[in-house]
Amino acid sequence: MSTEDQAPSQDIPPKEIFYCEVCTFPLEYCEFGSSFTKCKEWLKEADSAQYDKHYSEEALQSKLGTLSLEAQKKLEKDVAKKEAKAEAKADAALKKKMSSPVTIKRIERNKRKHVTAVHGLEAFDIELKKAAKFFAQRFATGASVSKNAQGQDEIVVQGDVAYDIEELIEKGTGVLKGIPIDNVEIVEDKKKKSD
Amino acid sequence: MFKKFTPSTDISGQTPPKSSVQRSLRNALLSQWKITPETLEQIWPKKESLIHVKCRDHLSMYTVQGSPLFFQHFDGPMYPTLRLLQRYPSILPKVGIDRGAIRFLLGGANMMCPGLNSPGGYLPPAEEALPAESMVAIFAEGKEHPIAVGITKLESEELRRSKKGVGVEIATYLGDDLWPLKSL
Ligand SMILES: [Zn+2]
Repeated sequence: MSTEDQAPSQDIPPKEIFYCEVCTFPLEYCEFGSSFTKCKEWLKEADSAQYDKHYSEEALQSKLGTLSLEAQKKLEKDVAKKEAKAEAKADAALKKKMSSPVTIKRIERNKRKHVTAVHGLEAFDIELKKAAKFFAQRFATGASVSKNAQGQDEIVVQGDVAYDIEELIEKGTGVLKGIPIDNVEIVEDKKKKSD
Repeated sequence: MFKKFTPSTDISGQTPPKSSVQRSLRNALLSQWKITPETLEQIWPKKESLIHVKCRDHLSMYTVQGSPLFFQHFDGPMYPTLRLLQRYPSILPKVGIDRGAIRFLLGGANMMCPGLNSPGGYLPPAEEALPAESMVAIFAEGKEHPIAVGITKLESEELRRSKKGVGVEIATYLGDDLWPLKSL
Protein backbone atom coordinates (compact mmCIF):
# COMPACT_ATOMS: atom_id res chain seq x y z
CA MET A 1 0.00 0.00 0.00
CA SER A 2 1.18 3.48 -0.75
CA THR A 3 2.28 5.44 2.26
CA GLU A 4 2.18 8.91 0.79
CA ASP A 5 -0.53 10.95 2.34
CA GLN A 6 -0.56 14.50 1.15
CA ALA A 7 -2.57 17.15 2.85
CA PRO A 8 -4.93 18.82 0.41
CA SER A 9 -3.52 22.22 -0.39
CA GLN A 10 -6.01 23.79 -2.76
CA ASP A 11 -9.03 22.87 -4.71
CA ILE A 12 -8.80 19.12 -5.38
CA PRO A 13 -10.85 17.72 -8.25
CA PRO A 14 -13.04 14.74 -7.43
CA LYS A 15 -11.69 11.33 -8.31
CA GLU A 16 -13.21 9.53 -11.24
CA ILE A 17 -14.58 6.15 -10.27
CA PHE A 18 -15.85 3.37 -12.50
CA TYR A 19 -18.78 1.62 -10.92
CA CYS A 20 -20.04 -1.79 -11.92
CA GLU A 21 -23.53 -1.76 -13.37
CA VAL A 22 -24.21 -5.24 -12.10
CA CYS A 23 -23.19 -5.13 -8.44
CA THR A 24 -22.85 -1.28 -8.12
CA PHE A 25 -19.40 -1.56 -6.44
CA PRO A 26 -16.27 0.11 -7.83
CA LEU A 27 -14.96 -2.39 -10.41
CA GLU A 28 -12.07 -3.53 -8.26
CA TYR A 29 -14.51 -4.82 -5.61
CA CYS A 30 -16.67 -6.96 -7.93
CA GLU A 31 -14.67 -10.01 -6.89
CA PHE A 32 -16.14 -9.71 -3.40
CA GLY A 33 -19.77 -9.36 -4.47
CA SER A 34 -22.40 -12.01 -5.03
CA SER A 35 -22.51 -11.68 -8.82
CA PHE A 36 -18.86 -11.88 -9.82
CA THR A 37 -19.44 -14.01 -12.91
CA LYS A 38 -22.12 -11.64 -14.22
CA CYS A 39 -19.98 -8.60 -13.35
CA LYS A 40 -17.10 -9.96 -15.43
CA GLU A 41 -19.35 -10.82 -18.38
CA TRP A 42 -20.84 -7.34 -18.31
CA LEU A 43 -17.47 -5.55 -18.10
CA LYS A 44 -15.99 -7.59 -20.92
CA GLU A 45 -18.77 -6.31 -23.18
CA ALA A 46 -18.97 -2.79 -21.77
CA ASP A 47 -15.31 -1.79 -21.51
CA SER A 48 -12.56 -4.15 -22.63
CA ALA A 49 -9.77 -1.82 -21.45
CA GLN A 50 -11.13 -1.82 -17.91
CA TYR A 51 -11.65 -5.57 -18.18
CA ASP A 52 -7.98 -6.11 -19.00
CA LYS A 53 -6.94 -3.75 -16.26
CA HIS A 54 -8.77 -5.86 -13.68
CA TYR A 55 -8.67 -9.38 -15.02
CA SER A 56 -5.54 -9.84 -17.12
CA GLU A 57 -3.13 -12.54 -15.92
CA GLU A 58 -0.85 -9.81 -14.62
CA ALA A 59 -3.56 -8.01 -12.71
CA LEU A 60 -4.68 -11.25 -11.09
CA GLN A 61 -1.13 -11.98 -9.97
CA SER A 62 -0.52 -8.59 -8.42
CA LYS A 63 -3.76 -8.37 -6.52
CA LEU A 64 -2.91 -11.42 -4.45
CA GLY A 65 -0.80 -9.12 -2.31
CA THR A 66 0.16 -10.68 0.98
CA LEU A 67 -2.66 -13.17 0.89
CA SER A 68 -1.39 -16.73 0.66
CA LEU A 69 -2.40 -18.88 -2.30
CA GLU A 70 -4.34 -21.05 0.08
CA ALA A 71 -6.27 -18.09 1.48
CA GLN A 72 -6.96 -16.89 -2.05
CA LYS A 73 -8.36 -20.32 -2.97
CA LYS A 74 -10.61 -20.15 0.06
CA LEU A 75 -11.74 -16.68 -0.95
CA GLU A 76 -12.60 -17.85 -4.43
CA LYS A 77 -14.53 -20.75 -3.03
CA ASP A 78 -16.42 -18.41 -0.72
CA VAL A 79 -17.27 -16.11 -3.60
CA ALA A 80 -18.54 -19.02 -5.70
CA LYS A 81 -20.63 -20.19 -2.76
CA LYS A 82 -21.99 -16.70 -2.21
CA GLU A 83 -22.87 -16.42 -5.86
CA ALA A 84 -24.69 -19.75 -5.90
CA LYS A 85 -26.55 -18.74 -2.76
CA ALA A 86 -27.60 -15.39 -4.23
CA GLU A 87 -28.84 -17.10 -7.36
CA ALA A 88 -30.78 -19.70 -5.43
CA LYS A 89 -32.29 -16.93 -3.33
CA ALA A 90 -33.34 -14.97 -6.42
CA ASP A 91 -34.85 -18.13 -7.92
CA ALA A 92 -36.75 -18.89 -4.73
CA ALA A 93 -38.00 -15.31 -4.51
CA LEU A 94 -39.25 -15.43 -8.08
CA LYS A 95 -40.90 -18.79 -7.51
CA LYS A 96 -42.57 -17.50 -4.38
CA LYS A 97 -43.74 -14.41 -6.20
CA MET A 98 -45.16 -16.37 -9.09
CA SER A 99 -47.12 -18.62 -6.74
CA SER A 100 -48.36 -15.83 -4.52
CA PRO A 101 -52.18 -15.78 -4.33
CA VAL A 102 -54.44 -12.87 -5.17
CA THR A 103 -57.86 -12.95 -3.56
CA ILE A 104 -60.81 -10.95 -4.82
CA LYS A 105 -63.54 -10.95 -2.25
CA ARG A 106 -67.09 -10.11 -3.22
CA ILE A 107 -68.63 -8.76 -0.07
CA GLU A 108 -72.35 -8.29 0.27
CA ARG A 109 -73.13 -5.18 2.30
CA ASN A 110 -76.92 -5.46 1.90
CA LYS A 111 -79.38 -6.81 -0.64
CA ARG A 112 -78.24 -4.68 -3.53
CA LYS A 113 -74.94 -3.24 -2.41
CA HIS A 114 -71.58 -4.94 -2.75
CA VAL A 115 -67.98 -3.98 -2.18
CA THR A 116 -64.99 -5.78 -3.63
CA ALA A 117 -61.80 -6.35 -1.64
CA VAL A 118 -58.60 -7.23 -3.50
CA HIS A 119 -55.72 -8.73 -1.57
CA GLY A 120 -52.23 -9.84 -2.58
CA LEU A 121 -51.30 -7.45 -5.39
CA GLU A 122 -48.26 -6.10 -3.52
CA ALA A 123 -46.45 -9.42 -4.00
CA PHE A 124 -46.27 -8.56 -7.68
CA ASP A 125 -44.63 -5.20 -7.02
CA ILE A 126 -47.85 -3.35 -7.70
CA GLU A 127 -48.27 -0.16 -5.73
CA LEU A 128 -51.58 -0.48 -3.96
CA LYS A 129 -52.34 3.23 -4.02
CA LYS A 130 -51.81 3.32 -7.77
CA ALA A 131 -53.96 0.22 -8.26
CA ALA A 132 -56.76 1.74 -6.12
CA LYS A 133 -56.67 4.87 -8.25
CA PHE A 134 -56.74 2.73 -11.37
CA PHE A 135 -59.85 0.84 -10.15
CA ALA A 136 -61.56 4.07 -9.13
CA GLN A 137 -61.06 5.55 -12.58
CA ARG A 138 -61.86 2.37 -14.43
CA PHE A 139 -65.16 1.72 -12.65
CA ALA A 140 -66.00 5.36 -11.85
CA THR A 141 -66.37 4.46 -8.21
CA GLY A 142 -64.61 4.81 -4.88
CA ALA A 143 -61.52 2.72 -4.11
CA SER A 144 -59.07 2.92 -1.25
CA VAL A 145 -56.27 1.03 0.45
CA SER A 146 -57.14 -0.19 3.92
CA LYS A 147 -56.19 -2.84 6.43
CA ASN A 148 -58.25 -6.01 6.63
CA ALA A 149 -59.09 -7.85 9.86
CA GLN A 150 -55.70 -9.62 9.73
CA GLY A 151 -53.91 -6.29 9.53
CA GLN A 152 -52.88 -6.80 5.91
CA ASP A 153 -53.26 -4.12 3.26
CA GLU A 154 -55.99 -4.61 0.71
CA ILE A 155 -57.86 -2.51 -1.80
CA VAL A 156 -61.55 -1.96 -1.20
CA VAL A 157 -63.54 -1.00 -4.27
CA GLN A 158 -67.15 0.16 -4.04
CA GLY A 159 -69.47 -1.95 -6.15
CA ASP A 160 -69.66 -5.48 -7.48
CA VAL A 161 -66.62 -5.57 -9.75
CA ALA A 162 -64.92 -8.84 -8.77
CA TYR A 163 -65.28 -10.44 -12.20
CA ASP A 164 -64.26 -7.24 -13.97
CA ILE A 165 -61.08 -7.09 -11.89
CA GLU A 166 -60.33 -10.72 -12.66
CA GLU A 167 -60.64 -9.91 -16.34
CA LEU A 168 -58.33 -6.89 -16.03
CA ILE A 169 -55.73 -9.08 -14.32
CA GLU A 170 -56.05 -11.76 -17.00
CA LYS A 171 -55.44 -9.17 -19.72
CA GLY A 172 -52.68 -7.49 -17.71
CA THR A 173 -54.35 -4.10 -18.10
CA GLY A 174 -52.72 -0.94 -16.74
CA VAL A 175 -50.85 -1.48 -13.51
CA LEU A 176 -52.06 -5.08 -13.18
CA LYS A 177 -49.20 -6.69 -15.03
CA GLY A 178 -47.46 -9.98 -14.40
CA ILE A 179 -49.99 -11.86 -12.28
CA PRO A 180 -50.59 -15.47 -13.39
CA ILE A 181 -54.37 -15.77 -13.70
CA ASP A 182 -54.33 -19.17 -11.97
CA ASN A 183 -53.26 -17.42 -8.79
CA VAL A 184 -56.44 -15.35 -8.72
CA GLU A 185 -59.35 -16.57 -6.70
CA ILE A 186 -62.77 -14.98 -6.27
CA VAL A 187 -64.49 -15.65 -2.96
CA GLU A 188 -67.97 -14.74 -1.87
CA ASP A 189 -68.60 -13.13 1.47
CA LYS A 190 -72.36 -13.31 1.93
CA LYS A 191 -74.14 -11.44 4.63
CA LYS A 192 -75.42 -13.85 7.21
CA LYS A 193 -79.18 -13.91 7.33
CA SER A 194 -80.18 -13.05 10.85
CA ASP A 195 -83.87 -13.70 10.35
CA MET B 1 -24.91 2.40 11.46
CA PHE B 2 -26.40 1.43 8.14
CA LYS B 3 -26.14 -2.34 8.19
CA LYS B 4 -29.93 -2.34 8.25
CA PHE B 5 -31.59 0.82 7.00
CA THR B 6 -34.94 1.13 5.25
CA PRO B 7 -35.60 4.65 3.97
CA SER B 8 -39.39 4.25 3.95
CA THR B 9 -39.56 3.48 7.67
CA ASP B 10 -36.28 4.82 9.07
CA ILE B 11 -36.58 8.38 7.76
CA SER B 12 -38.97 10.59 9.69
CA GLY B 13 -38.65 13.89 7.86
CA GLN B 14 -36.61 16.26 5.73
CA THR B 15 -36.10 19.93 6.54
CA PRO B 16 -33.61 22.62 5.54
CA PRO B 17 -31.72 23.80 8.66
CA LYS B 18 -31.63 27.52 9.50
CA SER B 19 -28.81 29.38 7.80
CA SER B 20 -27.02 29.90 11.12
CA VAL B 21 -27.09 26.12 11.64
CA GLN B 22 -25.83 25.55 8.10
CA ARG B 23 -22.94 27.91 8.83
CA SER B 24 -21.93 26.03 11.94
CA LEU B 25 -22.19 22.70 10.08
CA ARG B 26 -19.89 24.08 7.42
CA ASN B 27 -17.39 25.12 10.09
CA ALA B 28 -17.64 21.70 11.72
CA LEU B 29 -16.78 20.01 8.41
CA LEU B 30 -13.82 22.33 7.84
CA SER B 31 -12.43 21.52 11.27
CA GLN B 32 -13.17 17.77 11.28
CA TRP B 33 -12.07 16.93 7.72
CA LYS B 34 -8.80 17.65 5.94
CA ILE B 35 -10.50 19.91 3.48
CA THR B 36 -10.09 23.44 2.18
CA PRO B 37 -13.03 25.85 1.89
CA GLU B 38 -12.56 25.68 -1.91
CA THR B 39 -13.00 21.93 -2.04
CA LEU B 40 -15.94 22.04 0.34
CA GLU B 41 -17.47 24.63 -1.96
CA GLN B 42 -17.28 22.05 -4.81
CA ILE B 43 -19.03 19.46 -2.69
CA TRP B 44 -21.57 21.75 -1.08
CA PRO B 45 -21.83 25.08 -2.94
CA LYS B 46 -22.92 27.96 -0.73
CA LYS B 47 -25.87 28.71 -2.97
CA GLU B 48 -27.24 25.18 -2.47
CA SER B 49 -29.33 24.61 0.59
CA LEU B 50 -28.50 21.66 2.74
CA ILE B 51 -31.34 19.32 3.71
CA HIS B 52 -31.42 17.66 7.10
CA VAL B 53 -32.84 14.14 6.78
CA LYS B 54 -33.95 12.95 10.19
CA CYS B 55 -33.58 9.22 10.69
CA ARG B 56 -34.27 6.71 13.43
CA ASP B 57 -32.14 6.46 16.57
CA HIS B 58 -30.91 10.06 16.52
CA LEU B 59 -29.19 9.59 13.20
CA SER B 60 -29.04 12.67 10.99
CA MET B 61 -28.19 12.61 7.34
CA TYR B 62 -27.45 15.69 5.26
CA THR B 63 -28.09 15.95 1.54
CA VAL B 64 -27.39 18.50 -1.17
CA GLN B 65 -29.60 18.26 -4.24
CA GLY B 66 -30.81 14.95 -2.93
CA SER B 67 -27.49 13.19 -2.65
CA PRO B 68 -26.38 12.15 0.85
CA LEU B 69 -23.07 13.83 1.73
CA PHE B 70 -22.53 13.27 5.42
CA PHE B 71 -24.21 11.98 8.55
CA GLN B 72 -24.01 12.25 12.29
CA HIS B 73 -25.12 10.21 15.29
CA PHE B 74 -26.44 12.40 18.12
CA ASP B 75 -23.93 15.29 18.14
CA GLY B 76 -20.98 13.06 17.25
CA PRO B 77 -18.49 13.52 14.39
CA MET B 78 -19.62 14.27 10.84
CA TYR B 79 -18.99 11.15 8.80
CA PRO B 80 -18.76 11.57 5.03
CA THR B 81 -20.77 9.00 3.07
CA LEU B 82 -18.57 6.40 1.37
CA ARG B 83 -19.57 7.69 -2.06
CA LEU B 84 -18.35 11.16 -1.12
CA LEU B 85 -15.15 9.79 0.40
CA GLN B 86 -14.41 7.80 -2.76
CA ARG B 87 -14.58 11.03 -4.75
CA TYR B 88 -12.46 12.95 -2.20
CA PRO B 89 -10.38 10.24 -0.51
CA SER B 90 -7.88 12.62 1.08
CA ILE B 91 -10.38 14.35 3.38
CA LEU B 92 -9.74 11.81 6.15
CA PRO B 93 -6.56 10.22 7.49
CA LYS B 94 -6.11 6.73 6.15
CA VAL B 95 -5.76 3.24 7.57
CA GLY B 96 -5.72 0.01 5.58
CA ILE B 97 -6.88 -3.55 6.07
CA ASP B 98 -5.29 -6.63 4.56
CA ARG B 99 -6.97 -8.58 1.78
CA GLY B 100 -8.11 -11.29 4.14
CA ALA B 101 -10.17 -8.82 6.16
CA ILE B 102 -12.10 -7.42 3.20
CA ARG B 103 -14.85 -10.00 3.19
CA PHE B 104 -15.45 -9.57 6.91
CA LEU B 105 -15.76 -5.83 6.47
CA LEU B 106 -18.21 -6.31 3.60
CA GLY B 107 -20.23 -8.51 5.93
CA GLY B 108 -20.60 -5.58 8.30
CA ALA B 109 -17.94 -6.44 10.91
CA ASN B 110 -15.80 -3.95 12.80
CA MET B 111 -12.11 -4.20 11.96
CA MET B 112 -9.89 -6.14 14.32
CA CYS B 113 -6.34 -4.99 15.08
CA PRO B 114 -4.60 -7.91 13.28
CA GLY B 115 -6.29 -6.98 9.98
CA LEU B 116 -4.78 -3.48 10.30
CA ASN B 117 -1.28 -4.23 11.60
CA SER B 118 -0.52 -7.30 9.46
CA PRO B 119 1.88 -6.83 6.49
CA GLY B 120 -1.08 -6.17 4.14
CA GLY B 121 -2.60 -3.55 6.40
CA TYR B 122 -1.63 0.07 6.85
CA LEU B 123 -1.30 2.39 9.81
CA PRO B 124 0.13 5.91 9.70
CA PRO B 125 3.82 6.29 10.66
CA ALA B 126 4.61 7.11 14.29
CA GLU B 127 5.22 10.79 13.56
CA GLU B 128 1.67 11.07 12.20
CA ALA B 129 0.10 8.89 14.89
CA LEU B 130 -3.65 9.19 15.27
CA PRO B 131 -5.32 9.49 18.66
CA ALA B 132 -8.12 7.10 19.60
CA GLU B 133 -11.56 8.16 18.32
CA SER B 134 -10.13 9.52 15.04
CA MET B 135 -12.39 9.40 12.02
CA VAL B 136 -10.59 7.46 9.28
CA ALA B 137 -10.91 6.39 5.67
CA ILE B 138 -10.44 2.64 5.45
CA PHE B 139 -8.56 1.40 2.42
CA ALA B 140 -7.98 -2.22 1.44
CA GLU B 141 -4.84 -4.02 0.34
CA GLY B 142 -4.38 -3.90 -3.42
CA LYS B 143 -7.39 -1.62 -3.93
CA GLU B 144 -7.42 1.98 -5.04
CA HIS B 145 -10.66 3.20 -3.48
CA PRO B 146 -11.63 3.36 0.18
CA ILE B 147 -14.04 0.65 1.29
CA ALA B 148 -15.40 2.12 4.54
CA VAL B 149 -15.49 5.01 6.99
CA GLY B 150 -14.86 4.35 10.66
CA ILE B 151 -13.52 5.56 13.95
CA THR B 152 -10.37 4.27 15.64
CA LYS B 153 -10.80 2.68 19.05
CA LEU B 154 -7.13 2.92 20.07
CA GLU B 155 -4.25 5.28 19.52
CA SER B 156 -2.62 4.21 16.25
CA GLU B 157 0.71 3.14 17.81
CA GLU B 158 -1.20 1.01 20.28
CA LEU B 159 -3.21 -0.37 17.38
CA ARG B 160 0.05 -1.40 15.74
CA ARG B 161 0.97 -3.52 18.75
CA SER B 162 -2.40 -5.07 19.60
CA LYS B 163 -2.90 -8.72 18.75
CA LYS B 164 -6.65 -8.73 19.25
CA GLY B 165 -9.73 -6.62 19.77
CA VAL B 166 -11.56 -4.06 17.68
CA GLY B 167 -9.23 -1.49 16.13
CA VAL B 168 -11.69 0.48 14.04
CA GLU B 169 -15.42 0.71 14.50
CA ILE B 170 -17.21 0.92 11.15
CA ALA B 171 -19.77 3.68 10.49
CA THR B 172 -20.54 2.92 6.86
CA TYR B 173 -19.11 0.39 4.40
CA LEU B 174 -19.33 -0.69 0.79
CA GLY B 175 -22.62 -2.49 0.24
CA ASP B 176 -24.40 -1.45 3.43
CA ASP B 177 -27.93 -0.07 3.21
CA LEU B 178 -26.64 3.49 2.76
CA TRP B 179 -24.61 2.52 -0.32
CA PRO B 180 -27.54 2.18 -2.76
CA LEU B 181 -29.06 5.52 -1.69
CA LYS B 182 -27.71 7.85 -4.34
CA SER B 183 -30.58 10.25 -3.96
CA LEU B 184 -33.11 10.88 -1.19
ZN1 LIG C 1 -19.65 -5.89 -10.17
